[in-house]
Amino acid sequence: MRLQIPIAMGFLAGVFMFVQFFIPHQMIKASFKDALDWAIIIGAFALVLGLGSLFRAHIDKIRNRRPDYGYSFVTLISFAVMFFFGILYKTDPGTVFDWLFINVQVPLEATMFSLLAFFIASAAYRTFRARSVEATLLLLAAVIVMLGRVPISDKIPYLNLHEITEWIMMVPTVAAKRGILFGVALGAVATALRIILGLERSHLGGGGGQ
Amino acid sequence: MPGPTGPITGILGLSTEVIGIWLAALLTLAIYSFLYGDNPVYKVAEHIFVGISAAYGAALTYHLVIIRRLFDPLFRPDLAQPPLDVPKLSLIIPGLLGLLIFSRFIPRYDWLSRWPIAFIMGLYAGLSIPRTIQTNILKQMQATIAPVLPVDAGGQYLFFSGFENLLLIVGVVCTLAYFYFSLPHRGVMGGLSRVGIWFLMIGFGAGFGNTVMARISLLIGRIQFLLYEWLPTIGIHLGSGPGAG
Repeated sequence: MRLQIPIAMGFLAGVFMFVQFFIPHQMIKASFKDALDWAIIIGAFALVLGLGSLFRAHIDKIRNRRPDYGYSFVTLISFAVMFFFGILYKTDPGTVFDWLFINVQVPLEATMFSLLAFFIASAAYRTFRARSVEATLLLLAAVIVMLGRVPISDKIPYLNLHEITEWIMMVPTVAAKRGILFGVALGAVATALRIILGLERSHLGGGGGQ
Repeated sequence: MPGPTGPITGILGLSTEVIGIWLAALLTLAIYSFLYGDNPVYKVAEHIFVGISAAYGAALTYHLVIIRRLFDPLFRPDLAQPPLDVPKLSLIIPGLLGLLIFSRFIPRYDWLSRWPIAFIMGLYAGLSIPRTIQTNILKQMQATIAPVLPVDAGGQYLFFSGFENLLLIVGVVCTLAYFYFSLPHRGVMGGLSRVGIWFLMIGFGAGFGNTVMARISLLIGRIQFLLYEWLPTIGIHLGSGPGAG
């Protein structure tokens, strides 16, 4: 029973979402919207589990005085401050929450991602070697796209790198991506069918007993 | 500091705008200090980022989902968006299913947490089948089957466009051949999969180049912020910036 009920729930939810696609009736559409709302609400509760995991990791680190445990205080305090202002004073523009978002989170996120530019470029410098046809194609495509995306490429005579970049993005890249996409899509459909039919049960792991 | 809900004011004679710029600049420099090596300043900025991001997601979820989609329609229907005449009692079901997730914390009843997870997985699995088939298979196939000898309105052959369409078909077929493992990659199949690898390499190279340039553009944004927004607050003016009219 402990396994059959959730499998039946997954089956019914899956069959409904599949069937509603072919029945454009007003009542079905309304039920479809409600079902999506339900999923979003349940997902919000699941977020608490994720936060619990974050807290547990940092509190354990502090309690056991593991190396660098002081930084865990920084995470917990940052969370508490942002969450306090977010819950108490809402998230509208002009609030402390919004101010912290604009002046702390946005610059940190943009800088963190921009940092990857250095590492990705140095990794490429160390590994890109034109030793075979395949490696040469990879290298050429990367170099052309990188040059084609900066204004200085307009200064290179006889070569319209911007147009060549667009062509690479629109023809050979699309062909490769489409080939991959077909495989991914068929795999996703097969996995979804296995979940609905109860053949795939790995997501029901945990919670001992049958 | 900004008022909790009201207009932004200043502190110690400094406007919140200037305080914000300094905070953002110091955090930006703290993150870039990692280029020299792992250090405590970077680690502090990194841990602030984790805490702030998690709280941002949690606060938004609380207001936009828990309050707006669950609490208001259920307990304050007049404040719901759109306002309701009577409470939407059907929302008790997802509310209870959501609470069942917390049974994970009680070992004796942790099997109950399977119910909401199974519901969500089944729901999204059912939703994904027709959508994936329609958008990622049928539409993509339709876009691939394009004429190799197209003509314009005047009846003129568009040879280059036809060549592009032919290349697209060859590329897709060869890429699929590379991922087809039910036949050994020898002879014709070997040739097709080899060409498929070439297309994949061009695709990966272009994807890599694009990713690098996206990161570089973020880097340019941060450098511009430091040069044209932060430095002027300490009296160093380097002009109004490249984007200024």
